[in-house]
Amino acid sequence: MKRLMSGNTALGEAAVLSGCTCYFGYPITPQNELTEYMAKRMADVGGVFIQSESEIAAINMVLGASVAGARAMTSSSGPGISLKQEGISYLAADELPAVIVNIVRGGPGMGNISPSQSDYFQATRGGGHGDYKTIVLAPASVQELTELVPLAFDLAERYRNPVIILGDGMLGQMMEPVDFDLLRRPPDCEKDYILTGAKDRPARKVHSLIFDTKLQEEHNWKLFRKFQRMEQNEARYETYLTDDAEMVVVAYGMGARIVKGAIKRLREENLKVGLLRPITLWPFPAKALQEMAKTVSDFFVFEMSAGQMVEDVRLSLEGKGHVHFYGRPGGVIPMPIELSRIISRHYYQAQAGGERRKQ
Amino acid sequence: MKTTQTRPKLLKEAHFHYCPGCGHGIINRLLMEVIEEMDLQGEAICVAPAGCGMLLYNYFEIDVLESAHGRGAAVATGIKRVRPENLVFSYQGDGDLAAIGTAEGFHAANRGENITVIFVNNGVYGMTGGQMAPTTLLDQVTTTTPKGRDSVIAGHPVRICEVFSMLDGATYLERVAVNKPAAVRKTKKAIAKAFQRQLDGCGFSLVEILSPCPTNWKMGPREACVWIDEVMSKQFPLGVFKEVPCS
Repeated sequence: MKRLMSGNTALGEAAVLSGCTCYFGYPITPQNELTEYMAKRMADVGGVFIQSESEIAAINMVLGASVAGARAMTSSSGPGISLKQEGISYLAADELPAVIVNIVRGGPGMGNISPSQSDYFQATRGGGHGDYKTIVLAPASVQELTELVPLAFDLAERYRNPVIILGDGMLGQMMEPVDFDLLRRPPDCEKDYILTGAKDRPARKVHSLIFDTKLQEEHNWKLFRKFQRMEQNEARYETYLTDDAEMVVVAYGMGARIVKGAIKRLREENLKVGLLRPITLWPFPAKALQEMAKTVSDFFVFEMSAGQMVEDVRLSLEGKGHVHFYGRPGGVIPMPIELSRIISRHYYQAQAGGERRKQ
Repeated sequence: MKTTQTRPKLLKEAHFHYCPGCGHGIINRLLMEVIEEMDLQGEAICVAPAGCGMLLYNYFEIDVLESAHGRGAAVATGIKRVRPENLVFSYQGDGDLAAIGTAEGFHAANRGENITVIFVNNGVYGMTGGQMAPTTLLDQVTTTTPKGRDSVIAGHPVRICEVFSMLDGATYLERVAVNKPAAVRKTKKAIAKAFQRQLDGCGFSLVEILSPCPTNWKMGPREACVWIDEVMSKQFPLGVFKEVPCS
């Protein structure tokens, strides 16, 4: 049965249905509905809800709940996510699962409370100190949250690593029909690392302090191999009208929703434009892009930022193809018609350039 | 010859990394003695700090998580809320609890989290080389107060037990020391009491332990122990600051 829900509340319900029993958070717009929803639902299901004194406390409570064996989540927006980076680094170092939601707003600094995609670098490059990565899932609809939230908990537990859900103020606030019928609670992983008290077993120690540089290096390579496995197995993306495309737009999250509208207009004008929408921002679907670069020479990146994912597109293409870029930072949401105009201009310029190269 | 004391089984036969005359070794031993005597090995979960206490997972035969600097009370909160049947305690130094982690400790106390904080106050940052701590006394010389702590520049020593005693959620707060045998015995009793109160569901407890740091105080071990009595405990008087009857 479909229900009309905002992204923030649907995310909360999806988390509950995924077996999340602990939520810790601190109020920040535009994600407050999620915190409020969890306050109510955790009480319903006998879970743990704490409105913490800070984002730093919240992420460390998540760490405590995780090391105690629970499925735990926290959420915030850019400024608060900056504060959580310390804890995310420790979660990665300690190899503890957790789900962290960032409903992004315009930044840097206080910025504003409008939708933005300006936290891409922070999310995909680890974000905190040290050599680590987090899986980053970028839903583009309220319905897609019901698939990506359980996936986030599942990946977090299977890889024992924090997973980021990167939305934006638009996804969090807007209401869409959503159906939870297909949501399945991820199976429980065996957790032989959690702290329960050393009853009838040797004592367990969870720590990231490794004074011996050789052992620290070994730990780093162990993490690196895990990140390699994620890169090999977990890259996810969606394509839209790419079969005959002469130009492929790369956009994610709500940005990709706007692009789809633009592409519909462009197709009406017979412009052969398609979309590649990364669903995982890390690992980035580099192979899919490389495959497309065999037949497509022009890639158009759109982001609601001054340009962050565009670097991953360039890195993935390894010099093949031409990379075009259009960005709207600061919390501005462009209309599809604006994007269609910009994309068509680049499309015709690329065609003219292609003709010149042929001569 | 009759054996009157032995190493508790829960304290590994490892070489402590602590300096000669340091109080941490005594406090480590007391914790393991209490847990052993109360038969809580299967229930105890320790949250270790950053600082001189950070390596205690090498010494304790109980479950230990090493937390980020200052976050012990928040991490312990997360563990305890998931596993209320366990004995959960954080081990924190003065920089950890009274500077970088004041918010986490204060609010865990205010929420009345049913955890215990073992607060080791030696008035300096030991592991980083003897810088000023929030609990450094006025006029005390450290590497970052080379002319002695001046309140105009560096503020005043923070009294955690007194501050926390104002919080309704804190139910047992005692300041003790480990500078002489009688004080050590009293410290052990305070730890056992805090743990028992936690098992009884009485709420937030904290045992503040004045602990010698001869290396960074630039004193001999004996002199450091005397200094606790004659100087440090004037700023940080010993005693029970709060004991709310357990309902």
